[in-house]
Amino acid sequence: MKLTLAGAPHFPPINSVSGIMKQVLYALIPAIAAHLWFFGFGILLQIALAVAFALALEALMLRLRERPLKPFLSDYSAVVTAVLFALCMPPLAPWWIALTGMLFAIVVAKHLYGGLGHNLFNPAMVGFAAVIVAFPLDMSQWLAPRQLSPGLPGLWQTVQAVFTGSLPESLSWDTLSQATPLDALKTGVAENRLVTEIRDAPIFGDFGGLGWEWIANFYALGGLWLLYRRVISWHVPVALLGTVIVVTVPMWLMGPDINPSPLQHIFSGALVMAAFFIATDPVSGSSTMKGRLVFGVGVAILTLAIRRFGGYPDGVAFAVLLMNMAVPLIDRLTRPRTYGH
Amino acid sequence: MHELDVGEQLYRFPGGLKLRHHKQIACRDELIRPDMPEALYLPLQQHQGPAGERVVDPGDRVLKGQPLTRARHDREVPVHAPTSGTIRAIKSWPVSWPPDSEAECLVLEPDGQEIWFETDALTNWREAEPAELVERIKSAGLAGLGGAMFPTAAKLRGDWPHVHTLILNGSECEPYISCDEMLMRERPDAIVEGGLILARALGARRVIVAIEDQMGAVEKSLSSALAEHDPDGLCRIVEVTTIYPEGGEKQLVQVLTGAEVPHDGLPQHLGLACLNVGTAAATRDAVIDGKPLIERIVTVSGPGVAHPRNLITLLGTPVADLLRAAGGAHDDTERLVLGGPMSGLPLASDRIPIAKGSNCILVLRHQDTRREQPVMPCINCGECVRVCPASLLPQELYKYLRADEHDEADSLNLFDCIECGCCAHVCPSHIPLVDWYRHGKGVLRERGIEDARAQQARLRFEAREKRIAEEKQQRRRKREQREARLQSGTEARSEVQAAIERARSRAAGSDEDGDR
Amino acid sequence: MLVAVAVIVALLLSIGLVLLFSARRWTPNEDSVVEQINRILPQTQCGQCDYPGCRPYAEAIASGEADINQCPPGGEAGVKALADLLGREPRPLDTSHGETKPPVVAIIDEDRCIGCKLCIQACPVDAIVGAPKMMHTVIADACTGCELCLPPCPVDCIDLIPRRRPFIWPVKEMDVETGSASKTTQRERDHA
Repeated sequence: MKLTLAGAPHFPPINSVSGIMKQVLYALIPAIAAHLWFFGFGILLQIALAVAFALALEALMLRLRERPLKPFLSDYSAVVTAVLFALCMPPLAPWWIALTGMLFAIVVAKHLYGGLGHNLFNPAMVGFAAVIVAFPLDMSQWLAPRQLSPGLPGLWQTVQAVFTGSLPESLSWDTLSQATPLDALKTGVAENRLVTEIRDAPIFGDFGGLGWEWIANFYALGGLWLLYRRVISWHVPVALLGTVIVVTVPMWLMGPDINPSPLQHIFSGALVMAAFFIATDPVSGSSTMKGRLVFGVGVAILTLAIRRFGGYPDGVAFAVLLMNMAVPLIDRLTRPRTYGH
Repeated sequence: MHELDVGEQLYRFPGGLKLRHHKQIACRDELIRPDMPEALYLPLQQHQGPAGERVVDPGDRVLKGQPLTRARHDREVPVHAPTSGTIRAIKSWPVSWPPDSEAECLVLEPDGQEIWFETDALTNWREAEPAELVERIKSAGLAGLGGAMFPTAAKLRGDWPHVHTLILNGSECEPYISCDEMLMRERPDAIVEGGLILARALGARRVIVAIEDQMGAVEKSLSSALAEHDPDGLCRIVEVTTIYPEGGEKQLVQVLTGAEVPHDGLPQHLGLACLNVGTAAATRDAVIDGKPLIERIVTVSGPGVAHPRNLITLLGTPVADLLRAAGGAHDDTERLVLGGPMSGLPLASDRIPIAKGSNCILVLRHQDTRREQPVMPCINCGECVRVCPASLLPQELYKYLRADEHDEADSLNLFDCIECGCCAHVCPSHIPLVDWYRHGKGVLRERGIEDARAQQARLRFEAREKRIAEEKQQRRRKREQREARLQSGTEARSEVQAAIERARSRAAGSDEDGDR
Repeated sequence: MLVAVAVIVALLLSIGLVLLFSARRWTPNEDSVVEQINRILPQTQCGQCDYPGCRPYAEAIASGEADINQCPPGGEAGVKALADLLGREPRPLDTSHGETKPPVVAIIDEDRCIGCKLCIQACPVDAIVGAPKMMHTVIADACTGCELCLPPCPVDCIDLIPRRRPFIWPVKEMDVETGSASKTTQRERDHA
């Protein structure tokens, strides 16, 4: 009998890194499908580009750092980063936006900090922040949703737009593009119009924006799946969405004309996506359960503050990055009490 | 001090895992005894603590139950001959701890006759003094049979105030292990009687028998034993939920009382004592029959053995004999585990003998232990934090230990880890967390030992320096005094004269006694 | 412009004065630093650092005369601890003072010992007991392994045997993190 000596536990663990990442990807499928329905083929192309760049850059960095390729490339963590990034992109964003984003996400935020498990900042958000600061114009070219669009671009037109930046004669940027609901809100408030007035614009649906609110629903669906499969814990989503409600309800009750309703906040922008997919990034988030609650509260407050007072329509990305900075302190202050102490 | 309610209400401990328990496969068949092995290998130390003093030599003929070592104090546990025969040798033989190592063992060659040594039965134990009961328990070689092998006598008396409740731990929570369940089915009266004896030895006034709620037949057999042997109603059965690691002493205390054992204390400081049901049955045999601890039930199970079952085994039986009695191990057996799959020790050879704390031998094949993914970096997913029953931060401990920051790990309460294995079981990166914690604890312990030695050396060095300086001073003072005296000429002359007189008288004295 | 320069200079001067004052007022007590250093040193009293004992070496470190990496029995861990204490850069052990060896204790071969007392006088921690013309023996628990008793013995009856160390569970550094380039630094940790 040739016996091996290894420590307990003796059966292999029940989870794996690639298993977790794959679950996240499955949970994103409903939202991707909704995106596809409301905004056309752009999302698929963005995902394809981001994933391709992400994997290529990851392979390059692993080579340079003399690490084994197979375990890291097959853990799907770069794919998840790429897909989350792509979901934040305008559907017709040029191909070099995805490349720049992935350069910052995979090379800078992930590998320069030590690779899987060592990044201090959420890689997808670093990529997004870099791109939105560097290319504000291209990042504001959003499409009108299906209900308002003269016609969503077809597959070939999408490919053309993304790779060459030009559209066929039948379409033009003016007719296709539209400000996002949050964008419209911000510009409207700057022009001193009442929120209730702004809401009359066709872009707004029952709660958030047309199309956007449905996508938020599907993110929530995916998020609930992740909770059920124990991929994420309830702490961040509950803290984040709870804080949004707690903060916006009094503001809305006091001034319904000038403050958006809680539901409008939740169903606009990337709040629901952040609650379940972005702020729950394990590596850059807090290690303790109480710390995760604090993290969620922090992201919510910062997002609302940036939405209200800041220069950008949506503050989720910056809020997450700022809270990432606070994580070591949060961890220090929220250590649980050990048994017997 | 307010006395805790035990078992009145059940509490929950944080974390833990619901595991598939795989216990019934070994309980289906009746308890049997393997054939007498060709030789029994008895380590001199089969407990947590120093070995007792050896009282036999190679070549001696011994009888069944005869003491082979002697305990000089409560921390030493004597070893007895499991059968009659001859001591063939004392030699180095593979043992289970440390892994892949050898220790001094007595090799006993059975003569097949099973002649008993004299036994000192005590039938009226209900009138005996607690101290006498503890002495009998000590000389019978009892140590914790749950696996920890703590000297039972040291658990019964020590530096603590009154113990009011004895908890008999029958909640065997680790998968595959079913030796306690088998014992509770086969010998429930021994457990009850033993529990009452232990309660008397402790001065406790009630006994709680904790069993898991998935142990069906056990509850019935224990209840009928209680009806017969516990007329005063001191004992009570409590069913606890089947969740790993509920059977751990600290977790069981928390579940039954809601209180936590202090990190620098014992359950006795809460007024409780926790002992395994096997230890209780052995106590009954030791006190009522006067028979020392020479055998125990061992579960042989796992996907790698042909016929999983429970075997009543003489101490010192090599594992190979047990495997044979259980139908044999598969050809592609890759690991033998002493204990369960979550916290058991790997064995380096099948020659290793069964000792007092050997509760289960788990046989695993290559396909059972194989991992698909290599060890990946920690992704901070938090699953380990969710399942830790001690409310530790396993991923933080791991990061600090990997960075050689042992003091930080110590301040994160590394030593409160019970090494249950829940964290490593859920880790998606397949990090061998328990290995790291064991390593870290070892480094810190060694550091403590080294620091104590260095402190001693420093004190000895300083004492020596002081002594040398004082001697020097004394010599200088004497010299100064002598020089002062020899200043005046008369003084010098009288000194010289006195010296000459002394020399003369010495010479004269030796002339007189010259013949002697 | 001139005003700006004047303001900056004034600011810098006042900050400098505050720092100077604080440094003078709150200098750490010389003696206590020596004590702290001495507590880190392993107390082997072997003299490999070129000082007659651990305390003299501690004093030399405190006064800046000696570097922190001259103690082989303390090993890399000792250098690191001293570096942490004093806020200095940790550096590799200076092997010109000796290599870090596993701990040993001295043992006297009783058949060869002639009872000359020379080793007793040499031992810096009084770990050898004996009297003139009587048997000498080393108290193993008190022996620091400094080897100072070996040279004086005229019959060379003292041996060094490895000290028994407690078992430490082995653990292996993970493969994916070390990569192919650092195969030489791949650590198999069974004793830290």
